Amino acid sequence: MKQGIFKVAENSALTDSVFRMKLIGDVSDITAPGQFINIKLDGLYLRRPISVFYCDTESVTIIYKVVGRGTEQMSLINIGEELDVLTGLGNGYDTSLCSDHAVLLGGGVGVPPLYMLAKKLKDEGKTISVILGFNTKSEIFCEEDFKALTDDVKVTTVDGSYGVKGFVTDALPESYDHFFTCGPEPMLKAIYKATNTSGQFSFEERMGCGFGACMGCSCKTITGYKRICKDGPVMLKEEILWED
Amino acid sequence: MGRLNVTLCGIELDNPIIPASGTFGYGYEYADLYDINILGTFSFKGTTKEPRFGNPTPRIAECYSGMINAVGLQNPGVDKVVLEELPKLKKCFDKKVMANVGGFSVDEYVYTAKMLDKEEQVGWIEVNISCPNVHGGGIAFGTSPENAAIITKAVKEAVTKPVIVKLSPNVTDIVAIAKAVEEAGADAISLINTMLGMRIDLKTKKPVIANKMGGFSGPAIFPVALRMVYQVSHAVNIPVIGMGGVSSAEDVIEMMLAGATAVQIGAANLVDPYVCKDIIEKLPQVMDKYNIDNLNDIIGGVK
Repeated sequence: MKQGIFKVAENSALTDSVFRMKLIGDVSDITAPGQFINIKLDGLYLRRPISVFYCDTESVTIIYKVVGRGTEQMSLINIGEELDVLTGLGNGYDTSLCSDHAVLLGGGVGVPPLYMLAKKLKDEGKTISVILGFNTKSEIFCEEDFKALTDDVKVTTVDGSYGVKGFVTDALPESYDHFFTCGPEPMLKAIYKATNTSGQFSFEERMGCGFGACMGCSCKTITGYKRICKDGPVMLKEEILWED
Repeated sequence: MGRLNVTLCGIELDNPIIPASGTFGYGYEYADLYDINILGTFSFKGTTKEPRFGNPTPRIAECYSGMINAVGLQNPGVDKVVLEELPKLKKCFDKKVMANVGGFSVDEYVYTAKMLDKEEQVGWIEVNISCPNVHGGGIAFGTSPENAAIITKAVKEAVTKPVIVKLSPNVTDIVAIAKAVEEAGADAISLINTMLGMRIDLKTKKPVIANKMGGFSGPAIFPVALRMVYQVSHAVNIPVIGMGGVSSAEDVIEMMLAGATAVQIGAANLVDPYVCKDIIEKLPQVMDKYNIDNLNDIIGGVK
């Protein structure tokens, strides 16, 4: 983990409520796709954890949805403003667990952390199938980013206004050897049931610190208590213990 | 002695800065960030006899200038702390550590305190009689002078190290409780633990915290904490460790003027993991600014 001051280089709307922000600064602690950053905002006490969409040698890009005061405030930040950010948080996805053909399933704002993962898997010479789930056509974002990496991108919408009607599980390919997913918990549970290979799930929880100190985001797993922020957010399928 | 040194129950601290229990784990998380040997000491995660998962999530809520937590004393249990956590700590911390002890009965407090008392690295036993997040648990001891005295006496008789009793602010008369634990043999008092608080999510119309209520901490509670430290330190003859919303070198000095011998820093660590390091580095220049030669000169300076 590193704390640093980042300069906002982009903060643009992708849909009515989803924004993309590019931050310039020291990104040397971001080491795996699926990690997150934790952003301090003026006048708000707790930092806001947001997953990494993409990072290169000098910048990190996040995609976030306005859901409350913190993200609303973020959407109003101007280019050139500076933010205090903790980087390199969380374990991230482990691509070595996928031998050949990966399915990536993202739902809503669970889509962004899969992008850098897709790039990494592609760089490793693995086949990727991408399934992006949204409620309706107007909420879709990032489809083109993934299409630039692979022809095998399917979009599902709950209302059928675009792509496959239904949920991401309705678009699963017939064969694959590992899956990666991030999205709302009902979607994660449906994927857990619909898949019979190994896979990795990224979870979300209200966090205090984001770096493992406060025990605010603990969960029970088959292998013991884990902190979503530090031991996660990515958990292996075989260690997940659904609470209900 | 340097200008930042203070003495807490016979043990000299390089400075009065002590990360508070529950915000610093068992130390090694922060040792990855900076050399934690610069601290006065720190109070480790509240430890109980048995392992505890704690409360269901969400356990955290945002507030104006603060936060609510309802972790519920999650910890691996004292046996594992002795076998696994303390050996890990020893590798990155050379100083005496403050062992924070929680419990659900007098016997449990005594058992856990005794186990930790045997550990060489433990310098003080901080008895948490004030956690607001465990139903029918620690809070019961902290809210009546009689019970606070019973637990203090029992732990004090069971251990050899100095006993610090951590008090709850969720009481009508903090001074009466402070006097009761002093009379029961406490070597020092630390206060305040978090204030009982609550938030409601307007979208779901349900409490944000799964446990409904939790402990409110952060800068918002600083004036209440300062007031209680002032009241208690002027009513007892044992050292007081002040805490509650402390986030800067200036806050530390204010706490010490109110009567604190040392100062714990809690929620601020979670927002700014380097805050204790920054405070220790800034203290000399803030002291210069306010013409303070030595911190010992200002303890309880406000009459």
